[in-house]
Amino acid sequence: MSLRNCSVLWLCAITTIVGGLTGCGPAAGGAVGVPSTAGGGISPKKFADAVHSVMMADRTVYTKHVVNRLKSQESSVTPSEYWKDEDDTIPLPAQMFRMGSEIVADDEDAGFQYALKSKWPLNDQNKAATPVEIEALEYVAEHDDNFYGEEELAGQKYLVAVYADKAVANACFDCHNNHPNRGAEFPEFKMGDTMGGVIVRVPID
Amino acid sequence: MARYGVAIWAALLTLAVSAPLVYSLFVVEPSVAKSVFLPGETTHGHYQIELKCSACHDAGAGVNNNSCRDCHTALQEYDTHPAKKFRDPTNAHRLEKIEARECVTCHREHDPHETTAMGVTIPTNYCVYCHDEIAQSRPSHANFEFNTCTTSGCHNYHDNSALYEDFLFKHDGASDILADPHVPLLSPEIDPAKRVVKPDAPAGTKYDATLETDWRETAHAAAGVNCAGCHAQPVEKGGTAKWREQLTTHDCETCHQSEHAGFLQGMHGMRIAAGLSPMTPEQARLPMKAAAAHRELSCTSCHDDHRFDTQHAAVNACLNCHDDEHSQAYQASSHFELWKAEVAGTAPAGSGVSCATCHLPRVEEGRRVTVQHNQNANLQPNEAMVRSVCLNCHGLQFSLDSLADTQLLENCFQAKPTVHVESLEMAKAWFEAKEREKQARNRKQSSD
Repeated sequence: MSLRNCSVLWLCAITTIVGGLTGCGPAAGGAVGVPSTAGGGISPKKFADAVHSVMMADRTVYTKHVVNRLKSQESSVTPSEYWKDEDDTIPLPAQMFRMGSEIVADDEDAGFQYALKSKWPLNDQNKAATPVEIEALEYVAEHDDNFYGEEELAGQKYLVAVYADKAVANACFDCHNNHPNRGAEFPEFKMGDTMGGVIVRVPID
Repeated sequence: MARYGVAIWAALLTLAVSAPLVYSLFVVEPSVAKSVFLPGETTHGHYQIELKCSACHDAGAGVNNNSCRDCHTALQEYDTHPAKKFRDPTNAHRLEKIEARECVTCHREHDPHETTAMGVTIPTNYCVYCHDEIAQSRPSHANFEFNTCTTSGCHNYHDNSALYEDFLFKHDGASDILADPHVPLLSPEIDPAKRVVKPDAPAGTKYDATLETDWRETAHAAAGVNCAGCHAQPVEKGGTAKWREQLTTHDCETCHQSEHAGFLQGMHGMRIAAGLSPMTPEQARLPMKAAAAHRELSCTSCHDDHRFDTQHAAVNACLNCHDDEHSQAYQASSHFELWKAEVAGTAPAGSGVSCATCHLPRVEEGRRVTVQHNQNANLQPNEAMVRSVCLNCHGLQFSLDSLADTQLLENCFQAKPTVHVESLEMAKAWFEAKEREKQARNRKQSSD
């Protein structure tokens, strides 16, 4: 497959329904059982990797070129968790990320979903919700690797791809370490620590 | 073959009987005949359009969420439990207990025995399906029953924008009446350079001289809107404008789009929005004055045409029709005293409290301030009024206490609240406990 063809397929995959793409069977647990490509399409795993790559690129751009730029210019506009209620504020990068996932969730034809979850969530809604998510968040917290597994929910089988979400700026772990919603048992995060995982869920046959 | 013949005749008979029924329910205009198909009394939010079945029901598809969303847009702005939240497949086990993606799971129509005073059916104990472990993160809730979650001043399923912990904590300690109580002032949108003084009605047009005076002395002339601006129907290029004496709300919409949209979503305009004849007070379930019974509601029923006096629209227009206990009590309230002072010019602009101050509130869209003309938007439930109205003048504790006091709701807030909502104290205690935990962690880290 040429590079050009590959790019076109990735683009199609991101913007069209994923459910109809080839169904391949990744094995649960760790980075094993990588699905193979069959029938000329891209694999669900490759699709998950691709959309994750786009998500992280967008969040990096927002963090670097919006949030950090305002800070470096000592702007009166600052990022805030309560940006909806406070004048001259903008969403935190993690909130921007979540809002994107909500828009995708609201699109019933999107064909995939994603979420930012953690073993140490500041909001209970963002803790692992299934056995596979529990296993995945444990895995990415302890390994320098992605997690790929399968699970069945309401009769539908899904590829669950989970990517470590790391503290890339002081603001990330400062906020989490000092947040009133943190649990007493939460670790004291520092730069580079895995604080959670991005979960991409793709329906498969 | 004979068996097929019977089946065909049965099918034709069914079609012959059902086709007119379906046609009458979903296609033809409302009629008295339709009322026989109502399965039960409709809620006070929907009864105005109950004979327009297709306003809510899709032929053969029940009630679609979109039918609800099309009108209840105000609920969506701060909705903490939107349907999309439950599309996450990890919620599948929860959806087996409660189908939270569908409005009709909780809010059923034509079920008067289950309908609450708010005009909707609301199940009890539904919070437990997802928040059964709440006492682990909020120990203060350990002894609360799940049927008390939505007690006034605690939680709302849809709009918690005035009830979330950080908001409660930040507003703790505010005075009952703020130092500079006033609502936002409307954005000035009139350019003095555009003022017109000579009416441009076609020669020979007959009208009362007071109409011209009313127009010249008020906002439309000041904004450069002449007679033709409203009365001349726009025509294609080259045509001649058709002059009309009678206008509709859609003519006002040309310039007042957000106000018109709000009007159509509220109780005053929802019949027009559904393609029905305008609402009249005689159709209302709330007590109305007999003299107003047949008055049709449009923009000009409150904003008398040509003068468009917003002060008249803010109080007298309401009291010309509304005759319930709350409305009758208003003119004995301190709110009305403030309104009279503002109208008399002895108090600052925005410091008076009219009917419209609370029920058609000023809303800030960025730097622009407009009037929300959907008078139901902040009553779903009434804590939705806290941010848009009460906090302009009052502290949060005073506001929540007042809205939880049913006696005050009836007598139009003629006294201080006798109900006390504990939410702010609980939020404060929680934040203070978490601060102590944080300091203990810091001390431990320093000593390690």
